[in-house]
Order: sequence, then C-alpha cells, then structure tokens
Amino acid sequence: MSDVVEKTLTALPSLLSLDSQPGSGKLSSTSKLGNLIRGITELTSKHEEEKLIQRELSSIKEQVASPNTSMRQMKELMVRAIYCEMLGYEASFSYIHAIKLAQQGTVLEKRVGYLAVSLFLNESHELLLLLVNTVLKDLQSTNLIEVCMALTVVSQMFPKDMIPAILPLVEEKLTHPKEIIRRKAVLALYKFYLIAPNQVQHIHNKFRKALCDKDPGVMTASLHIYLQMIKENPEGYKDLTASFVTILKQVVGGKLPMDFNYHSVPAPWLQIQLLRILSLLGKDDQSTSEMMYEVLDESLRRAEMNHNITYAILYECVKSIYTIHPKAELLEKAAKCIGNFVLSPKINLKYLGLKALTYVVQQDANLALQHQLTIIECLDHSDLVIKRETLELLFRITNAQNVTVIVEKMLEFLRLSKDDYTTIDLVGKVAELWFIETMNTVFSLGGDMMQPDIPNSFLRLLSEGFDSTEEDRQLRLFAVDSYVSLLQGEPGRLPQRFLQVISWVLGEYSHLREGLEPATTLRLLAKLLDMKHTSSETKSWVLLAMSKLCEGPDCVSLAQELSERHGGSLDTVLRQRVQELRHLSEDAELRASVLPRDAAQEPLEVDSSLSFLDGFVSEALSAGAAPYKPPHQRQEELAQAKALSLEPYGLSLPISMSSCSLADRQSPTLLSMSSGLSGNSTDLSHKGGSTTLKLDGVKRVWGKDGYLAQKEPVEESAQVEVPSPLCSPSRQGGADSTHSQTPTPTPTPEPEKEKQQLASSLFVGLGSQSSVCLMGKSEQTPQRFRRKAKGQGSSSGASEQISNSHYSTQSTVDNLLCNNLLDSTVTSDLAVSTPEQTPQLSQEVATTNGTCDAEQDLIEETDPGNSPSLIRANSTVTADPPAHKDPDRPKDSCLSSHLPAELAGLSHSEIIPLCSSQNLDLSACHVQKEDALLLVIFIENSSDSDIEQIGGGEKPQCVGVPVFPDGEEASGSRGAGWDGVLPAAFWGISSHAVLLQTSINQFHQVHCFLPSDLLLSMALLTQSMLVSCFCLTSLLFLCLGRPLCVSTEEYGTLWLAFSQDTKQNLALLNDGQDPLTATLDVLKNKLQLHVVDIIGAEGIVACRLLQGQPCLMHCRVHAGSLAVWLRSPVPDLPDCLLYHCQRALQEH
Amino acid sequence: MQFMLLFSRQGKLRLQKWYVPLSDKEKKKITRELVQTVLARKPKMCSFLEWRDLKIVYKRYASLYFCCAIEDQDNELITLEIIHRYVELLDKYFGSVCELDIIFNFEKAYFILDEFLLGGEAQETSKKNVLKAIEQADLLQENIDFQMRLFAGNFGGKPNNPCCSIRSVALDVNSPPQGQQKQHPSNINTDFEVTGLLFSLISQPSCLK
Repeated sequence: MSDVVEKTLTALPSLLSLDSQPGSGKLSSTSKLGNLIRGITELTSKHEEEKLIQRELSSIKEQVASPNTSMRQMKELMVRAIYCEMLGYEASFSYIHAIKLAQQGTVLEKRVGYLAVSLFLNESHELLLLLVNTVLKDLQSTNLIEVCMALTVVSQMFPKDMIPAILPLVEEKLTHPKEIIRRKAVLALYKFYLIAPNQVQHIHNKFRKALCDKDPGVMTASLHIYLQMIKENPEGYKDLTASFVTILKQVVGGKLPMDFNYHSVPAPWLQIQLLRILSLLGKDDQSTSEMMYEVLDESLRRAEMNHNITYAILYECVKSIYTIHPKAELLEKAAKCIGNFVLSPKINLKYLGLKALTYVVQQDANLALQHQLTIIECLDHSDLVIKRETLELLFRITNAQNVTVIVEKMLEFLRLSKDDYTTIDLVGKVAELWFIETMNTVFSLGGDMMQPDIPNSFLRLLSEGFDSTEEDRQLRLFAVDSYVSLLQGEPGRLPQRFLQVISWVLGEYSHLREGLEPATTLRLLAKLLDMKHTSSETKSWVLLAMSKLCEGPDCVSLAQELSERHGGSLDTVLRQRVQELRHLSEDAELRASVLPRDAAQEPLEVDSSLSFLDGFVSEALSAGAAPYKPPHQRQEELAQAKALSLEPYGLSLPISMSSCSLADRQSPTLLSMSSGLSGNSTDLSHKGGSTTLKLDGVKRVWGKDGYLAQKEPVEESAQVEVPSPLCSPSRQGGADSTHSQTPTPTPTPEPEKEKQQLASSLFVGLGSQSSVCLMGKSEQTPQRFRRKAKGQGSSSGASEQISNSHYSTQSTVDNLLCNNLLDSTVTSDLAVSTPEQTPQLSQEVATTNGTCDAEQDLIEETDPGNSPSLIRANSTVTADPPAHKDPDRPKDSCLSSHLPAELAGLSHSEIIPLCSSQNLDLSACHVQKEDALLLVIFIENSSDSDIEQIGGGEKPQCVGVPVFPDGEEASGSRGAGWDGVLPAAFWGISSHAVLLQTSINQFHQVHCFLPSDLLLSMALLTQSMLVSCFCLTSLLFLCLGRPLCVSTEEYGTLWLAFSQDTKQNLALLNDGQDPLTATLDVLKNKLQLHVVDIIGAEGIVACRLLQGQPCLMHCRVHAGSLAVWLRSPVPDLPDCLLYHCQRALQEH
Repeated sequence: MQFMLLFSRQGKLRLQKWYVPLSDKEKKKITRELVQTVLARKPKMCSFLEWRDLKIVYKRYASLYFCCAIEDQDNELITLEIIHRYVELLDKYFGSVCELDIIFNFEKAYFILDEFLLGGEAQETSKKNVLKAIEQADLLQENIDFQMRLFAGNFGGKPNNPCCSIRSVALDVNSPPQGQQKQHPSNINTDFEVTGLLFSLISQPSCLK
C-alpha cells in the first residue's frame, strides 16, 4: 500500500466520525440510537426506563417485520436491538432478522448482521443452523472483508454438527495469500478443535504448516492449538520442543518485526504462549527440559524493564522453571524473581508473588520461610483477595505442627467472607486439613489402644462421604496423598490400626490419584508385609488392599512373588489372603466382580441363613453326615457328657463372634473377623499384642505343650508395634529453629513481634526436611538423614564400648542407661511395669536395637549452639552446668524467688534457661511435689513493652498460661511462672516435661501462646522413642523418686515379695563419724529416699516412684565399702537407683 | 478468556462479549454479581479476583471498568495488558476515547474487539494492524455510501479491492484539521464522563505502570 494511502488511513477515523454530522461528532442527532440513549439517560426511575424500552422494542419489532424496511434501516434497527438486549431486555424477535441481515445485506450491513448474531445467539441456538449457508457463501466470496467476517463469526460460534460442512473451506484458507485470512482460519480451526477435537484430527499436518508460517501472526495463532493439544498429550509433541525453543529465542532476541512489539517488549503474547507450551513439554522430562534451560535463562535476563508486561513474562518464566525438570541455577534466579514479586509494593505483583509461592512451596518450602513476615502481613491485608491467596499458600504448607494455627486463620477468614463460593471452598479445605490431619494424629497417638470402632467409623465416614461428591473426592484424595507419603516415610513407626486404615483407604481410593501407579502403591504396601513387627492381622488388611489394587502385569508379577514368599506362612489366614491375591491378580474380570470399585457404601446383602448352601447340606445329609446342632445344644450335650472342661474355648468364642458380625468385604472389620475365626493360637496371641490381658489366657491354655516356648520370640516381635510415628517432627523442629531465627538482633516493635511469633508457629515444621511430616509434600531427601546415618555408625560403636563397662561413670550418661535398658528389656520380655506406656516404651527400645544412640546423637546435632540442647539441658539436671554462654545463671536465685508460693517450699531442680529471643527468656525447672512432678516455666520479659497473649484459643487442660508481662520494671528480670503440670501418670508427666523443653527449643523464637501449639507438638512427640528413653534415664529418680515410708515389718514382707534383685558395692563416705549413717543421709537428701532403719552395720532404705512402684535397698558395711542389695517388682528400678546412688556419692 | 464486560461506575453494562456458551439467564446473573463485586472494591486493591472457579481481571479507566474472566492457568498480568491494549485501540480509533464514544458507537467497539480478540484469544496484538483491518471495513462502508450517492442505485457489484477507492474518499471529503477537539453534545446528561479513558489513566500517576 502506498504511503499516501497509509497516511490517509491514519487520518480516517476522525474524518469518518465527523463526516456525516459535522459539529456533533459521532453522536448523530438524527440517529435513532442516539435518541434512545439520550432518552434513557433523562429518565429517573427504573420503571420509566422499562416502559421506554418496551415501547422502543415494539416499534423495532413492527419495523423489522415490515417488508418495506430496507437493509440499511434494518442495520440501524439491529444496533438498537443489540442495545436493548445489553440493557437486559429481551429482543428475541430480532434474532431471525439478524441472520437475514447477515445473509442478504451488503458488506457493511452484513457486518452488523454478523455482530448481532454473535451477540444474540450462542453455540447451541437452533437458529444458528440458518447461518451455515451464509457462512459458506461468504467463505467462498472473493471479497476479503466478507471472508474475514465469516471466519470471525465461525471462530466465535458455530454449531458443532455443521463443522464438516465448512471445514474444507476453512482448511483451504490456510494457504490463502493474505496473512489475516490465514490467521483467522487457524483460529477458526482452534475453535473447532475445542468444541469437536475429533473433527479436525486429520489436519494435524496443516497445523504444523501453520506453525511454520512465514507470518509470525499466523504462527502465534497456531500456538493456541498446540497449547491445547500438548496439554492433552505432551508426549506426542516432544519433537517440536526444539522448534519452540528456537522461536522463543528469536522472539526474545528481538528478531520479530516492530509491529509485534508491545511497549517495546517483543511479542509478549507470543512469549507467554511459548513459555506455557515449554513448561508443559518439559514437565517431568529431563532431556526435554535441558533443551530449554538456556532460553529460559535468556528470557529471565531480558525481561528486566520495569513494566507490567515484563512482569507478566517473568511470572510465566518462573512458573515454567518450577514446572520443568529443576535446574539449581535457574531455580535460584526464579526464587529471586518470586522474592521481588512478593516484596513489591504493587499489590498486583504481590498477589502474583503469593500465587507463585503457592505454586512452588511444595518443592521449596524454604522460599516461604524466607518471606514469612511478608506472608504474615498479607494475612492481615485489607484486601480479601490477598488474604485468601495467603490462606491458599498456608493450606499448602500445612503440616501436623501448624495445622491448628492455620485452621484458626481460615475460620477467621470464613467469618469475614460473605461469598458463598469462597465459603464452600474454604470449608472444604478446613475439613480436609482438620479431619484427615486430626484423624492421622489420633491414629498415630491412640495407636493400638484405641477402640476398634474408631477406625471403623472413620472409614465409614470416608466411604459414605458428605453431600457433595466433589468434596468427597477431594477428601479421599487428600487422605490418599497423605497416606502415601506416610508410607514413603517410615511406616514402621505407625501403629497397627493406623496401618490397617491406611491399607483400606489406599485399596479403595488410590485410583483417585491420577499418576499414582497401582504398582507404586502395591510396592509400598508390600513393604509393610516385610516389616517384622507388622502383625498378621495388619498383613491381612494389606493383602486385601493389594488384591483391590492389583492391575497390570507389574502387579501380577509382584503378586506371584508375594505368594511364593508368604505362601508358606504358618498363618492360615495370611496364606489364604495371598492365594486370593494371586488368583485375583491373574483374573481381572473376576477381580472386578469380587471387588468392585467404589462400592464401599453399597449395601451388601448378607444371606444369614446361608440358604445357598442348602443343596450342599442336603447332599451331605443324604450321604450320611450328622445333622447340624446349634452350639447351645452341643454345649448341653457335652456338659452332660462331662468329658472336658472347655472353658478356654468358651472364652475365645465371644471374641471371634463379635468381630464376625460385620461380614461384607468392604467392611474394615472383615479382616479382624477372619483372623478371629482362624482360631489359631498364633493369631490369638497376636491379637493379644495390644492387650496384654488376653495373653495370660493363652499362656494358661497352651503353656504346657511346649509350643509356647517356640512361639514367644515371634510373639514379641509381633507385639513390638512402635507407637511413635512422629519422631520426625522433633527432628524437623530442631532444624527449624535455625530457619525461624530472625536475622535482626535489634529490638523490634510490638506488632512486628507478634508477626514473628505468628510466623514461627505457621512455619514450624517447614524447611528442607519437611518431607516426613504428615502431609509429606516435599520430595527432597533431607540432608539430615545422611548425617544421621553417619552419626549412627560412629555412635553405635561408642555405645558398645559403653555398654561393656557398665557402671563406669561416663559423660554420656544417657547412652549408658539406654543401653542398660536395652539389655534388660531384650533379655526379659517384661518392661518397666509402670502403667500403659511403659511396655510400649521398652518394646520400642527393643525394636530399635541400639539405634536410639544414633537418635540421641542426632539431637545433639540438630541443636544449634545457642540454644541449649536437650542433652545438655538434661545434664544440668543431673550434674554438669551447661557449657554454653549463660547470662541467666546468676539469675537462678532471683528466678526461684518467683516460684509460686505453694511451690516455694518444695525442692526444685536448677533453673535451666531454655531459650531466649531479644525480648523474652524462657527458663524452666521442675519442682517435686508429693504427688506430682511440676514443670515450672519462667518467662522473663527483658524488653520494656508488654507482651500480649496472642491466639491462645481454648485453654489446654494441663498448661495454664498466665503470662505476666512486666511493663513497669523496664530493666527488670522479674520472672513469673505458671506450672505446666500434669497431675497425670508419671510417664505422662515426665515425657511432657521433657517435651516442653524440646518444643521450646524447637520453636526457638518464643511465642507466648504456647498452649495450643505446644500441646500439639507435645502430643505428637509424646511417644517418640527418643524422648521416652531420655525421660526414663535421667528423670527417673531425680524427679520422680519419693520416699517410701514403711515400717521395718512392712519392709520385711515387701522384701520377700519382690523378685527383681540387684547387688553391688558402693563407695562408703568416710568423712563423718558413722560412715553408714553419713552415706545414707547423703542418699536420702539427694535422692529422696526413706531410711527405714539402721541397725549396726546394716541399714534398710525404701523409696518409690511417683506412681508407687517401690524399691527397697538393703545396705551393709562390708570391707570398707557399702554392699547394697536392691529389690523391686520393677526390673529396671534397682539398676537405676543404683546408678543414681553412685553418682550422688561421687558428687558428694 | 471466558468473557469480557465493560461497565460504568454506576454499574451500567456498556459492552459484553462471551466466549463461552451460556444461557441468557446465567449471563445476567454473572454480570450482576460481578458488577457488584468489582464496584465494591477500593481503588488501591488488587486487580485480580478469584470468583467462583474463574479469575477476574479488572481495571478501571476513568468511569469505565473493563473486566475479563480467565481460567486458572492463564496469566493475569497479560490479561491486564490485553485490557490496556484494547483501550489503546479504542483511544486511537476514536481519538482520546471516552465512555460516550463507546456508548454511542458500541458496535464499533465490538468490531475492534473482534479484530483484536478472536474466540477469546488475542489474534492480533499490533495496534496498527488491528486498526488497519477495521478501517478497511469502515472505508468500504463509506466507499459504498459514497458510490451510492454518486451513482444512485447503479451500484451493483461489491468492490473487490477496497483500497482503490480510498483515494477518492480522501480526496472528496474535506478533511478537518488534525487534532481537532472533539465536541460532545451538550444536551447529554452528565451521567457520563467525557474524560478520555487513557487520559484519565495518565492523570493518575499511581496507576501508571
């Protein structure tokens, strides 16, 4: 086109708009539309407007129907009809005329006709069929503008069924000389692809041609199709990766004509489209990803201008980088980019930053940690959109430790939000988090002590679902995800019942998770079978789940392998399950009918009369079998016969009957039924694993035949169900403290601080090793595990050494005692017989077989130098003062003066500083009350501002939280205490006490609202083996020993009653006049023993644990040393007491 | 993109384009809800909304709100730029476009939109090319009018090459001086703002990117 024309063109718009009505611009006064619009604006009420429009519409209707109306007038009428429709009034009478206009009008009238059609009708409207002929005609027109119009309307809406009619014509246009026609044709095909993909399948080659079009506009248009196709099938287009990369390279390099620039950025739309395609192609594909690293880097580098459009490209780039196979260098840059977004003062960018964080946080939780303060700020942002996005982010990082806080925040938001859709969405999420998480916790903690109906009702709830199917699906999916990651972690630590629940859920629902191969799940489950402490009941559950999942050749071979391995099992139920699995895996059809998918809630008809066996019975009867007698009749007959006492059988009968009651295949109880039915002694004893009571019964019945002796070790291994599934949080916690440290040592203003506190509670458990948490989202192998392995090696060697020299005084006291315990628990299958947890504890110790040393080692590692480690904190209790810098030391006495009055008189341990931040110091000590061990925590406020108690929420039952801020004494270190006391069982107390310390270390940044979080973490850690070991050893006597006041006679009877027996010689103190009395006095004071009597060179001493387990000591001075003889009903108690006596005397 | 809505500060719909098939009832409901939601938002707030399962990207230009609904995977920022480019196109076409231009010439606004976005995707992002396509069609219109005036009724065929007649139009019509101030009829109720959409953007430096 010549320059003249070009110039004229640019001058035209104003020219055109003015030419018809000079003076009044485009708003032609004669235009009826103009009049209408003006008329409407002059009206004041909605009612008047309605009247006016109705009048207008009826006049339009009249005119369009009149045969005298010219097309030109018709065009004008159509515009007015469109306007009325836009105002919300129906003008359906005009639809047919719009089509007529498009059909019959001249080009310009056609244009309005097409526009009216595209605005009035939608794809499914029947009148659209009338348009097909018009479109056909226009596509064949020689007038480019008509072709353009036809293509435009086609790519906006076209009846699906009529596509074949015009497809050849549109295809033809792909080779049209004009690029605008080619481009529109491509977009029309794109539309066809969207509404009817199979119709355009045969022209995929032509798409390729369009992609190679010399005009970048046509190429860009073809990318829409490619994006769609690659989305559906990325594998099919890997070969194009190089081309896309080249195109992007050229675009980024500014090789396109200037026309494509947008605010001097080269073709941003094209760039973004390409980036999206590349990310789809590179997802989970290393070699493809490698091809694009360079260009992504280039894009990141080029997009430096401070303009929205560059941010748009950057955002897309970052998304791609995190989607494709990761490359460290790029990730780093992308992370920086996200940082810029998040920190940007522009709210739109902040929003996108949060979105990007949400997207990447699963891969890189540390990124969220870096921006935690910003995130906290956003959480309180006045814009609900930002707030919601932040919650979404938090939703992704939820783990067992921060779930309470996050759910609380979500509920807070719910109260504010009025939008139904948001509410539904969020409620679903809360339910998901809360429900599954809570149940996970319940299962992990409750372990096998739980009533069997809890898991049953949980599973029923899951299978019956709620009102919305989508929500159910989400919930199940969440459960599946959560369980898969649990199994990938350390399933050995999960209680049996939880494993059973997991197996069932995975069996039923793991098909919901796309991309999760059944074989993967199968392997995870198979791993459970190989673990030695999986009970046979659980194994049956696992096998049943596997039968449900068995699909594909992989699984068949796995099933084969399993059947070979377990086919010879002694347990008949197990054998049966394995056989079932093998047969079902081989016969898919049979499996589908036996174990239909998603049939969990369909009622099964149980034929309780077993009528289907009638034929068999009558056959058997006719063959001479004895008729069936009901059990009571048989019993009577037997009683008459008085042949045998069948008491034990009678005892076992109710068990199997009760579990038999639910007998459909989906019922979670099915397996307990079958194992109960098996009536096998092994099985019964396994069942007894959780409840020791039944074991006795079994013993009595079967003890004499010698079978028992053989069985016992097995039984123990089956019993050893490690009830500490969540040891990991403690590990995470240790590491976490390093993350959550605030870098700024300057005192921060109060709101800042609250934020920090909130941050530390929200981001707890995140970090590089968050993979082990319940949510288990990260996939990286945490470094710490490697370190752990190393530590294990070295320390286990050390511990052997220690165990050789048993009572030598070692600095690593805990190792020593731990080993001690180990030995004793392994050899005698009894445990320290304190209630409930103790047996478990010893079992744990037994199972781990020495790894606990490594664990302790681990703790030492995880604790950074500035916060006192567990071990060291503990050693303060026992002996050495902590080595670390300790400004609180001189404060000890002054702190102790702040002990609550009722505790002031009691003996307490040294006050150990736990941790400190700029403003807060936490210290703790334990106070020994007659009937309890109290943990007193001192919170010192060293700043001059008040500390508010944030978000305490509901008060936990055991830790009252009066936090006394000390505003008046600015410099003061007046401490205030509350007693974090559990009047509960002693094991409860001790472990919680220690836990409190751990948790505080772990939170590091002190937050005042300890109760809810702490309690949660406590609960999670309660059964952690490490902690329990630790409690046992060090707290045992120093904190829990109490004098046992008995008379000499009582002593005598007790002495005879006790079986556990230890003798040892102790050093005798020589400084006093009477060595025996002096020695015993020292022990009495230090260990709270009760000296019952001293007669000559002999003395008797008694003490008890808080719970009442007594230990008696008989001492006699013999050859310059003190020969002591200890007795107790508890196996380890004498050893422990002995050890502490040794220490006490040494220290003296 | 799923749809685009233009509405005024008073909540009056000025333009609507739906790229997904919906019933009229649904369209009305969505429009009503969205207009309410967007109008309730304060100026400094984020331009993106999550609404039902869609993302809404909106921006205010003078008295007009431009509001697009996109899918979850789409890029919000580029959508903002789509809106901006559309406003630029309108501005260039109408010459310092204001709400009134769009009200009275909404069909033109539709034509421009169709040339810019096709089936919900940006088809031509070059300002020059979009306007060229529009003007060709416009010219055709004027050309026909012109020819019809000249050869009253004698005009049978359609011109195959619209370009050849441009010159005649340009020559025949007295072109007004460039940059002439637009005049708006004074009898229009001041319900509408006559500030240029883009101008309003420039006058608020905070909105500038």
